[in-house]
Amino acid sequence: MARKEGLVGRKVGMTQVFGDDGSHVPVTVIEAGPCTILEIRRKDTHGYDALQVGFGSKKKNVTKPQAGQFKKANVAPMRVVREVRLEKTEKLQGYEVGQALTVEMFSPGELVDVVGVTKGKGFQGGVKRYGWYGGDATHGSMFHRAPGSIGASSDPSRVWPGHHLPGRMGGERRTTLNLSVVRVLPEQNLVLVRGAVPGANGSLVMIRKSVKLTKAQRQKAAEKK
Amino acid sequence: MDAIRLVEAAQLKKDRDRFGPGDTVRVHVKVVEAEKERTQVFEGIVIRKRGEGARASFTVRRISYGVGVERTFPLHSPRIERVEVVRKSRVRRSKLYYLRGLAGKAARLKEKRAVIVPTTTAEQ
Repeated sequence: MARKEGLVGRKVGMTQVFGDDGSHVPVTVIEAGPCTILEIRRKDTHGYDALQVGFGSKKKNVTKPQAGQFKKANVAPMRVVREVRLEKTEKLQGYEVGQALTVEMFSPGELVDVVGVTKGKGFQGGVKRYGWYGGDATHGSMFHRAPGSIGASSDPSRVWPGHHLPGRMGGERRTTLNLSVVRVLPEQNLVLVRGAVPGANGSLVMIRKSVKLTKAQRQKAAEKK
Repeated sequence: MDAIRLVEAAQLKKDRDRFGPGDTVRVHVKVVEAEKERTQVFEGIVIRKRGEGARASFTVRRISYGVGVERTFPLHSPRIERVEVVRKSRVRRSKLYYLRGLAGKAARLKEKRAVIVPTTTAEQ
């Protein structure tokens, strides 16, 4: 499981910025935070180490149990409540309930991961959904985009569970790893990351420090051993 | 979209919207040649402008040694020093792709006078 500091945010959309040499850099603009810490979960009390954070504000539809939680943290009700798991208990130090996490935790050049829910594609065939090649369109081919054989005959007399077939596509939680931060605008709570992130514009995303080690970090870890 | 505009606003060059399709322009482009930077000029007719904000671009067409050459530039690119308008022409569409099929005399465009006169009769 991902155990890195992160923020909850909203995907604003994509644009491009010019690099120093005049090159285009495709970027996704993410409005992240400020995320208020609602609760600190510790290994000895909850069984794991995490920060519970809230994002956005909400006035309607606050249930009484929820209202109680927000009251405990002494903050206004928030729209989204998520947990950010951390590596070890020591990492929780320096965080306190009510503190707001902002985009200032990220700096340009740093690698981040972005989690989002992909756009729903509806019921799709195997060619789009699983990247099958399909058959020839012409030259007398009578096999175009159909699934083809889905298994053996009388033995096993059934289709193996999990077999790739047409069906609902998209609308799944996906993580894009190792996107580099291009720019951070703390006043507007914006982060610009290079490349695309899952989800439609306006959808909820989570941005966190990358979980994968860089080559240099891997080498260092290997040397230690 | 406001956040997108905000991000793009800083990159926009204010002097880059003074020409349109049909205009003959001289584009001063910075090129790096063997670690040395110099300015190259590309002169031709603007046949297209597209996109908005920092993503806008335009295409310039010219006939070079009898061969049609088209170059598309990002409108707000820092590599473009300036865009000089040589001549303005009266055109009736925003994309002048039809010029590609024409050559010589047929590919001429009527010049527009410096001051835009509201009625055509006054122009005549």
